[in-house]
Amino acid sequence: MSVTKTETIAEIKARNKELINEVLAVYPDKTAKRRAKHLNVHEAGKSDCGVKSNLKSVPGVMTIRGCAYAGSKGVVWGPIKDMIHISHGPVGCGQYSWAARRNYYIGTTGIDTFVTMQFTSDFQEKDIVFGGDKKLAKIMDEIQELFPLNNGITVQSECPIGLIGDDIEAVSKAKSKEYGGKTIVPVRCEGFRGVSQSLGHHIANDAIRDWVFDKIPADAAPRFEPTPYDVAIIGDYNIGGDAWSSRILLEEMGLRVIAQWSGDGSLAELEATPKAKLNVLHCYRSMNYISRHMEEKYGIPWCEYNFFGPSKIAESLRKIASFFDDKIKEGAERVIARYQPLMDAVIAKYRPRLEGKTVMLFVGGLRPRHVIGAYEDLGMEVIGTGYEFGHNDDYQRTAQHYVKDGTLIYDDVTGYEFEKFVDKIQPDLVGSGIKEKYVFQKMGVPFRQMHSWDYSGPYHGYDGFAIFARDMDMAINSPVWKMTRAPWKRAAPPSLMAAE
Amino acid sequence: MTQNAENVLDHLELFRGPEYQQMLANKQKMFENRRDPAEVERIREWAKTPEYREKNFAREALTVNPAKACQPLGAVFAAVGFEGTIPFVHGSQGCVAYYRSHFSRHFKEPSSCVSSSMTEDAAVFGGLNNMVDGLANTYAMYKPKMISVSTTCMAEVIGDDLNSFIKTAKEKGSVPMEFDVPYAHTPAFVGSHVTGYDNVLKGILEHFWDGKAGTAPKLERVANEKINFIGGFDGYTVGNLREVKRLLGLMGAEYTILADNSDMWDTPTDGEFRMYDGGTTLEDAANAIHAKATISMQEYCTEKTLPMIAAHGQEVVSFNHPVGVGGTDEFLMAIARITGKDIPEDLTRERGRLVDAIADSSAHIHGKKFAIYGDPDLCLGLARFLLELGAEPTHVLATNGSKAWAEKVQALFDSSPFGKNCHVYPGKDLWHMRSLLFTEPVDFLIGNTYGKYLERDTGTPLIRIGFPIFDRHHHHRYPVWGYQGGLNVLVWILDKIFDEIDRNTNVPSKTDYSFDIIR
Repeated sequence: MSVTKTETIAEIKARNKELINEVLAVYPDKTAKRRAKHLNVHEAGKSDCGVKSNLKSVPGVMTIRGCAYAGSKGVVWGPIKDMIHISHGPVGCGQYSWAARRNYYIGTTGIDTFVTMQFTSDFQEKDIVFGGDKKLAKIMDEIQELFPLNNGITVQSECPIGLIGDDIEAVSKAKSKEYGGKTIVPVRCEGFRGVSQSLGHHIANDAIRDWVFDKIPADAAPRFEPTPYDVAIIGDYNIGGDAWSSRILLEEMGLRVIAQWSGDGSLAELEATPKAKLNVLHCYRSMNYISRHMEEKYGIPWCEYNFFGPSKIAESLRKIASFFDDKIKEGAERVIARYQPLMDAVIAKYRPRLEGKTVMLFVGGLRPRHVIGAYEDLGMEVIGTGYEFGHNDDYQRTAQHYVKDGTLIYDDVTGYEFEKFVDKIQPDLVGSGIKEKYVFQKMGVPFRQMHSWDYSGPYHGYDGFAIFARDMDMAINSPVWKMTRAPWKRAAPPSLMAAE
Repeated sequence: MTQNAENVLDHLELFRGPEYQQMLANKQKMFENRRDPAEVERIREWAKTPEYREKNFAREALTVNPAKACQPLGAVFAAVGFEGTIPFVHGSQGCVAYYRSHFSRHFKEPSSCVSSSMTEDAAVFGGLNNMVDGLANTYAMYKPKMISVSTTCMAEVIGDDLNSFIKTAKEKGSVPMEFDVPYAHTPAFVGSHVTGYDNVLKGILEHFWDGKAGTAPKLERVANEKINFIGGFDGYTVGNLREVKRLLGLMGAEYTILADNSDMWDTPTDGEFRMYDGGTTLEDAANAIHAKATISMQEYCTEKTLPMIAAHGQEVVSFNHPVGVGGTDEFLMAIARITGKDIPEDLTRERGRLVDAIADSSAHIHGKKFAIYGDPDLCLGLARFLLELGAEPTHVLATNGSKAWAEKVQALFDSSPFGKNCHVYPGKDLWHMRSLLFTEPVDFLIGNTYGKYLERDTGTPLIRIGFPIFDRHHHHRYPVWGYQGGLNVLVWILDKIFDEIDRNTNVPSKTDYSFDIIR
C-alpha cells in the first residue's frame, strides 16, 4: 500500500531526504561520503538528477553491477547469432551467462546459429602460466572444423587475458588471414576494466568499428538494392522478442529495417548498417558510441526512440517519421491509428486495476527512465529510480523528460540501501533484476524483473505493451500478497533485515 | 493484428501469427546472408555421424557447453552454510553478480554475497585497499557473524595474499581483531565449483580449529560421540539436508551438519527478508573438531577437507552422492557402526517401501538405457541407482570428472551385469554428449537444465536431475538422499517413462492401441 498518496510533494521530499540520511548513517564515514553523491531527491526543473554516476563501486557494499565482459559478451556481441563468441579464460563467466539473457533468434543452433551455446577456452593453470595464445589459435581451428557454417568468431576476454599479456589481436589477425579474411574479432572486455558493464558496451562498440566496419572495402557492393527508407534498429537485444515487436511497427509505417543490433542480428546486418539512412537507437547507453561513429564517418543521422507504452511509442513513431518524407509521416499516423483500439482496450482493462499504484525501479542503463511512460499510461507512478551503470547523460535525460519532482534517485544502489528504501516507502511494485527479486518478494512486495521481463515479453511496441500491462497487473494483484502474513500475526509491521 | 486485450499473447504465441512469420521470413531472406538451407541440412546431418563424433572427440583446446562452473561458485555455496555468514569474494565484482544470479535462478531465493570490486588500479597495485575498505563496509552494513573470504581469478593471477591482507585489514580496524574472517584461495582456473566448496569448507574449519590464523590458541581435540556431516555442493541441499537430519534423528545420532545451507536457500515469504537464516553455528563449527567421525556425502567435494579432518584425529568416511537402496544402506550402516546405535525399525520399513516401489515399477525401467551427466559424485550415485533398477547407465559424463573418478565409475559398471556396455567420459562436455547420443542412442538422458538443448537436438527425453535446474521449479526442496529420496528419483524417472509411452501412443486410429490406462 502506498503511503505517498496523502502526502504533499514537500512532505515526500523531506521523507526521502530523511531516508537518504538514514541509510548513509550505517556506513563508515569514508563510504558515507562516497555514497552520498549517488543518492538524491529530484528537484523539478533541474537539468540532471543531482547524482554522480559511472564511478567505481564501493568495495564490500553488495553492488548490483556486473563487469565489462558482461557488457560485451552478455549484451552487445552475444546475440549476434551466426558468429561464435569464445568466452576466453576460465569456465565460469561463460557458464553463468550461458543463454540467460533470452535474446531470441531464429536459426539452427549448433549448425549455423550459436547464441545459446557456451564456447570457452576453459583456462587451466598452465594457460595462466604459459599464456593462452596457442590454445586460442587451436580453438579457432577446431571451431572451423566442427562448426564450418559459422560466419565469424569473436574473442571475449575474461579477466586473466589482460593480466597475463596475451596477444589475442595477433592471433585473431593471423587466423583471419589463414581463413581467407574471415571476420575474427578480439575484444578486450576483461572484467576488471571500467566500473560496470558500461565500459564493456563501449569496448564492444569499438571492436565492431575496428574489426567489422574497417574491414569492409570502400567499393564493396551492397548485398541488396538500397532504398530511401532503409533504417537500422540499434540497441535492441530482442529480449523475449522486443526487436521483433518493434521492427513490425517500423515496417508497417513504410520503413525497411536492414539490420538489428544486436538481437536476432547477423554479421551481414552489422556490415550493411553503414548503408542505412537513419539509425534508430533504443538503448542509448549501450550503443550510442557506434551511432555517433556512423554519424561522423558515414553521415548517418541517429535518433533515440522509446517503444514502451502507447504515449511514447506514438511520440517516437512521429519523431522517426520526421526524418523522412510524407509517405512515412502518413505511415506513422496510420500505424498509430491502427493500434489505437488495441491500446484503448488494454488501458480500459488494466488501468482501473493499477491506477495510483506506485513503482520503484532499479535497472541497467535505459529502462530506469524508458519504462516510466508505460507505467504512466496505466495510471501508475514511478516514485524512485536509479541506474546500475548509467552515466550523467542518462541522468540528464531522466531529469529532463521522465521523472517527477521529489522522485528518489539512487545510482549504483547497494543491497542495503535498496532494501531500506523499499521497506520504508512500501511501493506497490518493484522492478529490478533477478538478484533483487526474491529479496522483495520475501518482504511481501510485488516484483517484476525488468531485465529479462521475468521470462515474459516482449514489452516493446504495441503488442508488447499489452503484455507489459498484463504482467504488471498479475504481479500487483496476485492473491498471494494477501497471504504473506499469517492471520494470527497480521498486526506485525514489516521488518527489514539482519543489519537493522 | 494478432494481439488483443482480452487474451493477451506473449512470446509463446505472439510470433507464430502470420504477420510476424512473414516479417521474419523477409528479414532472413533479405538481410541475414543466411546459408543455403540445403547446406545447413547437410551439415546438420553430418554432425550426427560417427565421422563427426571422431573429430569432436579429437578436440584438444575448445570446450563447448561444459557441465561445470568455476571454484568461486562453490566457495559461496559453502560459506552461506554457516550462521550469519556473508561470502566476500576478492576480485572483480562482475563475478559476484554472476554467482548471485546463478543461485537465485536455481533456488528461487535471494543470494547475498559481496565483492571487493577490484578494477584496473587494483590490477596494477594489488587489491589490499579493496580488502581493507570492503571488509569495513560489509561489517558495518550487514552485521555478519562471520565473513568468509574467497577469490576470483583476477585476484589469483595478480597474486593477492589473503592471509596478510586480512591481517592488515584487521590492524587498520576494518573489523575487530577477534572477528572471524576465514579465507580460501579459489582460483577459477583450477578444478571446478566442487573444488571451491572443498577449499572454503577446509578454510573455515582450519580457521576455527587451528588458531584463527595465529590469533588464538589451536583447539585441543577432546573426542566426543558426535559425528560431523558434510553434504557437498548439491542442488538438492534444501531437501537433502533436511532429510539427513530426519534420518540422523531417527537413528538417535548426535551430529553437526557442516555448511548447512538448507534454511538459507529456503526462506519463507512472510513479510520479512532474512539475509541470514539457519546455518551451522560458529560454535558448532569449532566444536566439530571433537567429533568422533566426519561423513562426507560427496568424496569429490571434500578431497582436501577430509584428509585435513583425518589429520586432526577423526575417522573420515565418504560416499558418492548415494541414491537408492544400496547407497542408503551403506550410509545408514556407517552411521550405525560409528555411533553404535541400531538402525531403527522405522527406517527398515522405509527401506522396504522403496524396495516395494522398485518391485512394482521395475518392469518399466529394466533394460532401459540412460545417459547421465553432472558432477562426479552425483553421476556415481545415479549410475548406481540405475544399476539397482536393472537399467543401463550407458554414457556417464562429468566435465569435472578426473581419471580416478572414471576408474571408480568403471568399477561400478564392472560390479553389475547391467554395466557391461556402459562407458564413462571424464573431462568431456555436452557437445561430446551430443555426439554420443546421436551415434549410440539411449532411451533417456539425466542432467541439468542445459540438457534441454540435447533433448531438442537428439530427441532423447530429459529427466532433470542435477544443478542448475532453472526451468522447473521447486525440485530442490525434495530430497534425493535416503530411502525417501530414492523414491523421489524413482518417481521422476517413471513419470518421464510413462509420459513418453503415452506421447508415443496417442495418435487416434494410428498408434492408439497401446494408449493404456493401467500401466
